[in-house]
Amino acid sequence: MNTHTETTRQASRPDTPGPAHQDGLIMRDVTMLLGDGEDTVRALDSVHLTVAAGEFAAIVGPSGSGKSSLLAVAGGLAAPDSGTVTIAGRPMTAASRRARTALRRDLVGFVFQSGNLLPALTAIDQLRLPTRFASPGAVGRDPMDLLTEVGMAGKADRRPHQLSGGERQRVGIARALVTGPRLLLVDEPTAALDQARSRDIVQMLARETRQHAVATVMVTHDTEVLQYCDSVYEMMDGALSKK
Amino acid sequence: MFLAVRELRFARARFTLMGAVITLIAVLMVLLSGLSHGLVRDGVSGLQELPVTSLAFSHGVARDAAFTRSVISLDTVESWSRQPGVTQAAPFGSALINARSSSGVEIDLALFGVEPGSFLAPKAATGSPLGTADGIVVSRTAADAGLRLGDTVTVDRLGTRLTVVGVLAEQHTFGHVDVAYLPLAAWQAIHAGAGPGEPVPDRARQEITAVAVRGTGVDLAAGDAAAGTESMTLSESYGASPGYTAETSTLTLIQFFLYLICALVAGAFFTVWTIQRKHELAVLRALGAPIGYLLRDGLAQAMVLLLAAATVGIGAGIGLGSLVGEGVPFALDVQAVTVAAALLVGLGLTGAAVAIARIAAVDPATALGGNR
Repeated sequence: MNTHTETTRQASRPDTPGPAHQDGLIMRDVTMLLGDGEDTVRALDSVHLTVAAGEFAAIVGPSGSGKSSLLAVAGGLAAPDSGTVTIAGRPMTAASRRARTALRRDLVGFVFQSGNLLPALTAIDQLRLPTRFASPGAVGRDPMDLLTEVGMAGKADRRPHQLSGGERQRVGIARALVTGPRLLLVDEPTAALDQARSRDIVQMLARETRQHAVATVMVTHDTEVLQYCDSVYEMMDGALSKK
Repeated sequence: MFLAVRELRFARARFTLMGAVITLIAVLMVLLSGLSHGLVRDGVSGLQELPVTSLAFSHGVARDAAFTRSVISLDTVESWSRQPGVTQAAPFGSALINARSSSGVEIDLALFGVEPGSFLAPKAATGSPLGTADGIVVSRTAADAGLRLGDTVTVDRLGTRLTVVGVLAEQHTFGHVDVAYLPLAAWQAIHAGAGPGEPVPDRARQEITAVAVRGTGVDLAAGDAAAGTESMTLSESYGASPGYTAETSTLTLIQFFLYLICALVAGAFFTVWTIQRKHELAVLRALGAPIGYLLRDGLAQAMVLLLAAATVGIGAGIGLGSLVGEGVPFALDVQAVTVAAALLVGLGLTGAAVAIARIAAVDPATALGGNR
């Protein structure tokens, strides 16, 4: 058992991060346990992951393998039991809950399944909302410029229920970028889309990643879209390995 | 307010329904406030208009029936007038009678016997002040009931005839009965049961209900000890008005439960609302929204809803109140309605705040995956 775990750890350890990676995401030896007593599960098992600014990384793996846990820890939504996470050189794991919220606000953009847009807000207001609670002095982007960039300027006044799945996802991507994040965490963006729209959305993510020099980590089940990614990792029982 | 206002607009059916409930509570609150104030006015406005600070009744009298049961000696007035701080003291008599006017109006009257020319003697708005032996000055509400200047009012059973010489500008009622001021001597004769031409016992000429006292910093206990009386401040004496305590405590209890219902309704609505929004709140937390921002936004939403609904409800309540007929004791008091509205909004907000506090417990990690 120990031998197997050690082998997995060795396999998942990436190269030592260089200067280019300092602006992106660095996860070192991150372990997160879920549950209590005999029911304890290693959601993340000594995970090492480095994604540089402008790099588009994909993580694949079966359901329950720990992909969402990895996104949660990388984005400061949950604290690991051990290991460190830094985003653009800022340590995430040592921060308090309040500080993590602030770091998330300043450094991280999330793209959720189906967009996860707020039903009461129009497309333009979905982008305006994060700027309302942005930290003072934060350099955000103009919401209308971003909507134009993702091809949604003509539907700025539409609410989520008036948009198609692909359009909702485009707005979700624009919302994630509006605060000028350094790390973009993308959770199953194509889960509710057909193949053509899936390709379209992932191409857009790849383009935005490079254009805005943001480190992007995308969790997906869709192997068809991996061709657009710079690196691909596989998650299995909490352990991460490069494909 | 950015999100709060947009959610109010988007989910207007739900908020309108909730607002309608708060509006109805506010209407009920205004009507109860008006009834409460009206009943108080109907019950004790005659006392409220008395220019006194306290009343000294017979020692050991039942405090809830002092105006009908107390009998003290006229001499006690002298004793009270010597008390430090007392600026004026005068005899006061009260009795409830049934009467009929010369124009055929049947009316119940609370007779307040006072010495003409004393500080208790009322100032008539129309007619003349107390002076003649059988002259009475009546409340405006008695005039509304049909009594006119110059009418003769005959006391049932005794046959004593009194003449309306003056009418007061304000409502003067006691125990829901119109007040008629009359000279103390006439009151003593009626109180003693002496009809026209019948002799009034000397004992009755020495009897009064209470000593009306006006002063500042009066030691009531010392005055009672010296005069052998039992004093009540003017506001304490309201409880001695027939039915006053029962009526006011009943209405206060109803109002208390109304405020409680408002808090619970607002709390229940915002609990359900917050639970429904749990996933959206998790998304907002994941996007970096501080808990304080979300709490403020939620409270602002509750405040807008409560203020708007309470304003509409108060307006509707005042409108409905203006339609209430003369027979119902209904009187709106700006201060009472303002306090009630503040309590309604304040307690509603408290109920909402308890529900909205759940926002702090929302786990942002639930925004990920298929958690919905």
